[in-house]
Amino acid sequence: MTERIVIVGGGTGGSVLANDLADRLEPELDAGDVEVTLVNDGPEQVYKPVWLYVPFGQREPADGRRRLDELVDDAVDLRIDRVTDVDTDAQRLRFDGGPSTEYDHLVLATGSTLEPELIPGLAEGGHDYYSESGATALREELLSFTEGEIVLSVVGTPHMCPAAPLEFVFMIDDWFRKRGLREDVEVTYTYPIQRVHGNPHIAEWARPIMDERGINVETFFNAESVDPDAKTITSMEGTELDYDLLVSIPPHAGVDLIEEAGLGDDGWVDVDKHTLEAEGAENVYALGDTAATGVPNAGSVAHYQAGVVGQRLASDVRGRPATATYDGKTLCFIETGMDAASFVEFDYQNPPSPAPPSQKLHWSKLAYNESYWLTARGLL
Amino acid sequence: MELKDNTNADRFQRSLMTEMDPDETVDSRGAACPGPLMDLIGAIRSADSGAVIRLLSDNEQSHTDVPEWAEESGNELLTVEEHDDHAAFYVEKA
Repeated sequence: MTERIVIVGGGTGGSVLANDLADRLEPELDAGDVEVTLVNDGPEQVYKPVWLYVPFGQREPADGRRRLDELVDDAVDLRIDRVTDVDTDAQRLRFDGGPSTEYDHLVLATGSTLEPELIPGLAEGGHDYYSESGATALREELLSFTEGEIVLSVVGTPHMCPAAPLEFVFMIDDWFRKRGLREDVEVTYTYPIQRVHGNPHIAEWARPIMDERGINVETFFNAESVDPDAKTITSMEGTELDYDLLVSIPPHAGVDLIEEAGLGDDGWVDVDKHTLEAEGAENVYALGDTAATGVPNAGSVAHYQAGVVGQRLASDVRGRPATATYDGKTLCFIETGMDAASFVEFDYQNPPSPAPPSQKLHWSKLAYNESYWLTARGLL
Repeated sequence: MELKDNTNADRFQRSLMTEMDPDETVDSRGAACPGPLMDLIGAIRSADSGAVIRLLSDNEQSHTDVPEWAEESGNELLTVEEHDDHAAFYVEKA
C-alpha cells in the first residue's frame, strides 16, 4: 500500500522538504511505495527577503519569484490548488478546485499572512515592504522623499524576519546620509515592548547603533490607530506620533484553516518545539512560520526544520523510530546600512552574538539571496 | 484572615475578585520572551474597558515585562498569583 505524504505550502519550508524527501526516499518513490505531494495555491514560489531592497530601487519583485515546477523534483506530485479544509480525524484534505485527498502524513507549511485591517487606518495610511504590492508602493513614495518624518512601526509580533525592521531603519539612515539628505529626514522606530527587538541580545547590540545614528526610538509602542488625514499614529500607551511617511510591519496571522482544524490559535500550529509534531492531531507536522516554536519566522528556520521533518518522515516510512530533532537553529544576516551587515547564529540553548558589521557580510547576504534558489532546489 | 494594612486588604480583595472571574484567560506557558507580554497586549487590545485578563506565563521575564507595560499603558496589574510552575497575572483594561 502506498504511503501518502502531503505538504501544504510551497514556500521555503515546503519546497526544501519536498526536495529533501525526493532525495531521501528515492527508492520508495521509484517503487511506488510512497507518494509525496506538494500543494500550493499558485504556480510560483515567492522569496520574500527580496522585498527589503525593492523600496530602495535595488531589486525588482520579479527577482523573488520562480516557478515551483522548476524548483521541485519531478518525483514530487505538484498540485496547484487551495486547501479549504483539514480533517485530522479522517486524515483528509479538501480543495477549492478538485477532489479531496487522504493523507498518511501531513506537513503544514502555509506561512504568514498580513492583517493590516486589524488597526484602524493602517491599510490606508501606512506602507509596508512585507508584500510585493506594499514594497512597490513604498518604492514610489520613498524614491521621491527628500524631507520630513519617517516612522517605522512594528505593529505585531510574531512577524516575518524579526531583523528586517532594524535593517530598514539602518538602511534608510545610510541611504539618506549618502545622498546628503539625512539632516532633512527624521527617522523614528517604534517597537511594542520595552526594548528595540524581541531578543534581548540583539536589542542590546542594536540600540547603541540607533542612538549613534540619530534614529529616534519609541518603545512600549503598540499601535492602536492611524489617522491617514492627520498623518498621525497613536499607541495603546497613549503616545501620538506625526509622520510624513509611515512604514509598518503589519499584524501577521497564519491561515484560517489551521484554527478551523483545531490545531492552534491565529493560524499557528501548536507543536512540540523539538519534534515539530502537532500537539492537536496525529501524523501532522508543521514547520516554518506555521509552527509555533517561539523561534524567528525566518527562511533559515524553515530550511533547518524541513531537514528535521524530512528525516523523521523517512524514519516513519521505514518503520524506524524517528530520532531527528530541531534544536532551534537560526541564521540571519542583518543589514546595518547600504553596504555593511552583521550576522547572527543561535538556537534554543545559545543566544545570538551579532558579528561586527562589515562589507564582507553585506556581500555574503546578497550572495546568499542570489543562491537561495539552490536552497529551494534542495542543493544548498 | 487578619488584614493588617490597606495594601494587604486591597490585595486580598482583588485576589478574591480575580480568582472568581477573569473575563479572559491567555495561556502563554511555554512561550519564549516576549511572547507572553505580546499575548497579553493582544488580549487587552480586543477587550472592553474594565475587563480582567488573566495571563498564565512560566517565563521569568514576565515578572518585569508585565508590570512595566501595565504601568506604561495605564492598565492595572491587579495581582500576581504564584503557582508551582507558572505565574498568573491579572490585568484590568483601563
